[in-house]
Amino acid sequence: MSFQLLPAHFVMLGALLFGIGTAGAIIRRNALTLLMSIELMLNAANLVFIAYAKQYGDPAGHVIAFFVMAIAAAEAAVGLAIIIGVFRTRQTIEVDELDALRDET
Amino acid sequence: MLTPKDLESLIALIPILPLVGAIINGMWGHRLPQRLVTIVACGSVLASFVLSAIVVGHLAQSAEGTRYVSTLYTWMASGNLNVDISFVVDRLSAVMILVITGIGFLIHVYSTGYMSHEPAYARYFAYLNLFCFAMLCLVLGSSLPLLFLGWEGVGLCSYLLIGFWYTDIEKAQAGKKAFVVNRIGDFGVLIAMALLLRTTGSLDFETLRTAAAGGLITTTVATAAALLLFLGATGKSAQLPLYVWLPDAMAGPTPVSALIHAATMVTAGVYLVARTGFIYSLAPIAMLTVAVVGAATALFAATIGTAQYDIKKVLAYSTVSQLGFMFIAAGVGAYAIALFHVITHAFFKACLFLGSGSVIHGMSGEQDMRQMGGLARKMPITFATFFIATLAITGFPLLSGFASKDLILWNAFISSEGHYASTFHGVGFWLWLMGAIAAGFTAFYMWRLVFMTFFSGPIRASHEVAHHVHESPKSMTFPLIVLATLSVIGGALCWPAVLGGHEWLAESWLLPITGHLPTPEGHHEKLEWTLMACSTGIAFLGFAIAFALYARRIHPMLNRLVSEAPFRDLFVLVNNKWHIDELYDTLVVKPLGWVSRIVFYEGMDRRVIDGLVNLVGWFGRSIGFVGQLFQSGNVQRYLAIFALALALLLYGWLSPSAPQAEQPAAETPTSIQAR
Repeated sequence: MSFQLLPAHFVMLGALLFGIGTAGAIIRRNALTLLMSIELMLNAANLVFIAYAKQYGDPAGHVIAFFVMAIAAAEAAVGLAIIIGVFRTRQTIEVDELDALRDET
Repeated sequence: MLTPKDLESLIALIPILPLVGAIINGMWGHRLPQRLVTIVACGSVLASFVLSAIVVGHLAQSAEGTRYVSTLYTWMASGNLNVDISFVVDRLSAVMILVITGIGFLIHVYSTGYMSHEPAYARYFAYLNLFCFAMLCLVLGSSLPLLFLGWEGVGLCSYLLIGFWYTDIEKAQAGKKAFVVNRIGDFGVLIAMALLLRTTGSLDFETLRTAAAGGLITTTVATAAALLLFLGATGKSAQLPLYVWLPDAMAGPTPVSALIHAATMVTAGVYLVARTGFIYSLAPIAMLTVAVVGAATALFAATIGTAQYDIKKVLAYSTVSQLGFMFIAAGVGAYAIALFHVITHAFFKACLFLGSGSVIHGMSGEQDMRQMGGLARKMPITFATFFIATLAITGFPLLSGFASKDLILWNAFISSEGHYASTFHGVGFWLWLMGAIAAGFTAFYMWRLVFMTFFSGPIRASHEVAHHVHESPKSMTFPLIVLATLSVIGGALCWPAVLGGHEWLAESWLLPITGHLPTPEGHHEKLEWTLMACSTGIAFLGFAIAFALYARRIHPMLNRLVSEAPFRDLFVLVNNKWHIDELYDTLVVKPLGWVSRIVFYEGMDRRVIDGLVNLVGWFGRSIGFVGQLFQSGNVQRYLAIFALALALLLYGWLSPSAPQAEQPAAETPTSIQAR
């Protein structure tokens, strides 16, 4: 019984990665780690897109993956800039300390 | 000869020209030279007068019932209500526009002299022109709403001009009083309009007239509408019980008193009754009310006039009293006679007011007659014209006031036998008696005024004032001369038949609109002569008493009388205007103030309305409090909630047991799995 790599495996891997990414985004306090967790979630989604694209022979999945990569790059650039900005004004990038919008009463 | 089309465009210009004048002087007048302001102000009204004369000239040569209608545009169209801005010149409004623009022009000219040292010269003329516009709108309007627009407009101008010197708090308050008292009357007009609209579906005078003639308006509705319209008339025309604002309105500049509070605006009520006469004819009770209120006002105001010392106050009460006479005539159905008295009264009362203004001008602003005296020689033209106008108002035979007053009294007396005999059964004599006594009082207070001002020894004012007394400039004496002349010959418009006249105004000119006078058929010449003699005799008695008490000097007997118990108390009472102002203050103003403060402010406003608003705020805050629990400001908590919610949704969506109502039965999850 040989092990065959099915699209379902890729989807499962994607789901796993997405779960890790989500957990990281929720649990980790460091904004940089948060950003990396989000990248992980995006790439998990990419993986699923590619897997289904292969299964159905539909190039649309590949195209969307490229879009996601482009957007992820832009998001990383903007996100890092924001983090630097935040660090300059607040001397911290721990997100649980960034609660200026909270009603103090 | 102009075509009707040309005339219609001219008609629109009649009210618009003064409006343009008002806008020019109101917007840029303070920067223009005084001479230019004068030209714009007087010129616009003069142009209006010339146009009116042209239009009326054509009207006179046309067939009897001709109306020139000039429709500018549709003002409002809502459901079956359709109101046009549309001006109508028929024989009734023709009379009014001539009086308004003619006398208006004379008073504009007079004002250029009277107000020449006034810093706010342009503002004054802007208001005066605006008044002319509103008044012309009132009489030319083809429907009740347009009339009401003018009605409110003249009320506004009256308010602005009474409070013209607004830095004087008393004058500003007099303006406010006039405005507020008039609101009560306007309320009546509004309700009447609503009532007529509901009944007939239109507010156009011609449609209403047709509806009334066609029996669409029942007696009940007609009575209610007529009484409500008359409530408006009592406000605007200063009748009992709403007359109180007019004497206070004398706070305004004297030419304003002449134009607005004697010659034109205050006669708007009479015009309204005459215009809607077809409704009154259906409502005998309303007619009786109008006549009785008119007679009561005529007598009541005349008594107050006998004990006033302010020269303008005497004339103010005289105006109230004369307006009462007009309403007697309108009440008994002799609308044309009421209009006749409007015209003659406009002549002689404008002359009297302008004359008093000339006196006040000469006396450096002094209005108290006790300070005057012996002015006849120092101000000959003012005196001569004032004397003529006094003869006219007191009903000296052959002058205009004599003709109109005699016709009013005659129609009042004969009303118990004429067309409306069943309504006025037994009332006619009393109307006549009240009118005749009022005429006696009129003679007394007018001659008292003349004697105290122009005769009765040397001037009693301080030396500086006495030294300064002078005749007024030509711009002021010219209108006086014109008006005095008109006061003499004005009676020819409707010279009583019993004196050999044709009663032209009533029997031919206004006939298509007001119909025949309600006098009975047959010859009553002897009775009419007797009554005329009686009323003239009563008037002469008034003159004689005034002569005895005031002619040479203030009679010593008068001083003794004034200081003795019963007469003194009466004099003080009358001098204090029967304490009507105080009575109103106690009965109306104070309770209303209390109700407003306690019930409406403390109760309604603070508790109910503020409470409701606060409740809405409290509701929002409460919801916010719950929402606040989720809004921690922590991004990761949001993300956690988001992820959890998404997970729950996905679980609900994908789980086999979830209800999927929107999907057809064949597509249930089980069947998908089976596939």
